[in-house]
Amino acid sequence: MTHPTGSRINNDLLRPLLLTSWRFYVLVAFFGAFVAAGLIAWLSQIFFGFGISGLRWPVYWGFYVTNFVFWIGISHAGTLISAILRLVNAGWRRPVTRCAEVITVFALLIGAMFPLIHLGRPWLAFWLFPYPSERLIWPNFRSPLVWDFFAINTYLTGSILFLFLPMIPDFAVVRDRATGLRRRVYRVLALGWRGTPKQWHRLETAMQIMAIAIIPVAVSVHTIVSFDFSMAPVPMWNTTIFGPYFVAGAIFSGIAGLLIAMAALRKFLHLEEYLHPVHFENLGKLLLVMALLWGYFVFNERLVTYYGNGPAEMAVFRQTQWQSFAPLHWTMVFLNFVLPLTLMGIRKFRTIAGCVIASIGVIVGMWLERFLIIVPALGHKYLPYSYGTYRPEPVEIVITIASFAAMSLLYVLFAKFIPIISIWELKAGEHPPAPDLVPPATEEHRLGDLRL
Amino acid sequence: MPRWGMAVDLDRCNGCAACVVACHAENNISTVGADEAARGRAKHWLRIERYWEGEFPDVRLTFRPVLCQHCDNAPCEPVCPTYASHHTEDGLNAQVYNRCIGTRYCANACPYNVRFFDFFNPSWDKPLHLQLNPDVSLREAGVMEKCTFCVQRIQAAGTQASAEEREVQDGEIQPACVQSCPSKALVFGDLDDPGSRVSQLSRSPRGSKLLEDVGTRPKITYLARQSQA
Repeated sequence: MTHPTGSRINNDLLRPLLLTSWRFYVLVAFFGAFVAAGLIAWLSQIFFGFGISGLRWPVYWGFYVTNFVFWIGISHAGTLISAILRLVNAGWRRPVTRCAEVITVFALLIGAMFPLIHLGRPWLAFWLFPYPSERLIWPNFRSPLVWDFFAINTYLTGSILFLFLPMIPDFAVVRDRATGLRRRVYRVLALGWRGTPKQWHRLETAMQIMAIAIIPVAVSVHTIVSFDFSMAPVPMWNTTIFGPYFVAGAIFSGIAGLLIAMAALRKFLHLEEYLHPVHFENLGKLLLVMALLWGYFVFNERLVTYYGNGPAEMAVFRQTQWQSFAPLHWTMVFLNFVLPLTLMGIRKFRTIAGCVIASIGVIVGMWLERFLIIVPALGHKYLPYSYGTYRPEPVEIVITIASFAAMSLLYVLFAKFIPIISIWELKAGEHPPAPDLVPPATEEHRLGDLRL
Repeated sequence: MPRWGMAVDLDRCNGCAACVVACHAENNISTVGADEAARGRAKHWLRIERYWEGEFPDVRLTFRPVLCQHCDNAPCEPVCPTYASHHTEDGLNAQVYNRCIGTRYCANACPYNVRFFDFFNPSWDKPLHLQLNPDVSLREAGVMEKCTFCVQRIQAAGTQASAEEREVQDGEIQPACVQSCPSKALVFGDLDDPGSRVSQLSRSPRGSKLLEDVGTRPKITYLARQSQA
């Protein structure tokens, strides 16, 4: 296996920026069509009324809130994983960090759209903002939805900074090699980067501060998202386990999203010499750890409910375990626990293909998990007379698909305009005493050698 | 300041649903049509819950009118990000339609499922559109609506009383459901006035609150059924 060096790195990683193939336009048109369909669906929901969705009394939250929690969960891939790997100085992180961090930013942007899409009157969404109003009306700071607003904005701001800081030296590389308009754009983005020792020192310091600061922010964001549920007196929602349970689930689905993105980048941008099987292997081990953690939380939550045997909780519990939602529930258990445990636990299957299959399973499973938290509980709340159910309508399905297309579209555009692998960090990794870019596979394959 | 509450005598309720119709008429609650109602979009601020007890043929039918319990510790209020759902000084769970942005969080938090979302702009089957109440605002698509204890009648009675320089008398205010109940199962009044009929009934040993263990402290007291019929 060869180690690309110096100008080879520049050539390989800048190729997608400087040369545009027809495949790029096809991909943009393909994903763009789905995003356009989603926009039309949303506009028609505003125009015709919320009634074209499948929501009904008493299940007032459905696909949209599921998507909201799901995408905020996906956003935990990047920044959190990248920050931890940076802090422990794991050498294998170098080609992975940027494609992870960018997932965070885009997933947050998409996730933050869903509270707006799900509003009855989305044009009044600014009433959630604490803006100075002449009527002296503030948002209700006791509402978890207002906490969400602050948590997500903090995380989004932090993640954009965390993504942008290490891009500055790379913008400078592009600036130096581009011409015309492109040169002018990247000159602005590079913020006058010259690569002086002082600049490098400041960049390193800023990265250290951000890497430490972003971890508690990331943990708090999904805890606060879980408060949307655990603060309401709804059976199976009102539980103290939701904070850590949601954070674990978020990181779990985030790693799965990152693995799928890395496999796609490797294939379509021909980055085989940068994203090695060992990267998938290491992230696959992380996925395995999170699958075990997820299983532990689910077991805890379910066993305590079952043992407590409260009538309201048991009505919801029965729905998910062996009544109408049971097929979805057991599919979720298979996809989130059995499948990743088998594929990631047995070394033979811990290949790139194995990682991708397990990750797709986890993505579907974690989406189902959020759906199964929200809908059965709302449909079986205390009074049997007001039990109800929910079935999505086309508008919700189209918008859900469009959110996945939007993620793909943003990712394709990002990989087109910005080096998806950090050039300077890759080069920095070549020189001793930094760890080798590609550690010997036989050593690294053992779990004990995972540099975490 | 009064603290409005209600007592519901389940012994007197025969499930005729006159209260439901009166509530719709008084509060301009749109009839959504058969198709939408079948999809679970009907908006009955007050509903008659019907429960069967026992096995056929030895069954007994019981009714329970369920409306907003106007909880003292209402779960719907703190979760609203815009204060659309808030507590008034006289203990009502008010809903400010103009302030509602439709997060529907209040409806999820409500253990009684007595909050209703307007999925479309209001419309009525003819000729119901000719009998709208001018004292009650219409709700546009995208907001939550709920029982107000007929706040327009409470306000009107208060204004009338202060114009005549006197206190509001017990029984002077009758929400539409109370007024229309043929068997007088519903009693409305001031819970802070120990002499009012509603506070006497609320202290009855037959009285209980709905889902009391959730901790919402509702202001509606249900008087348990005693007759065997």
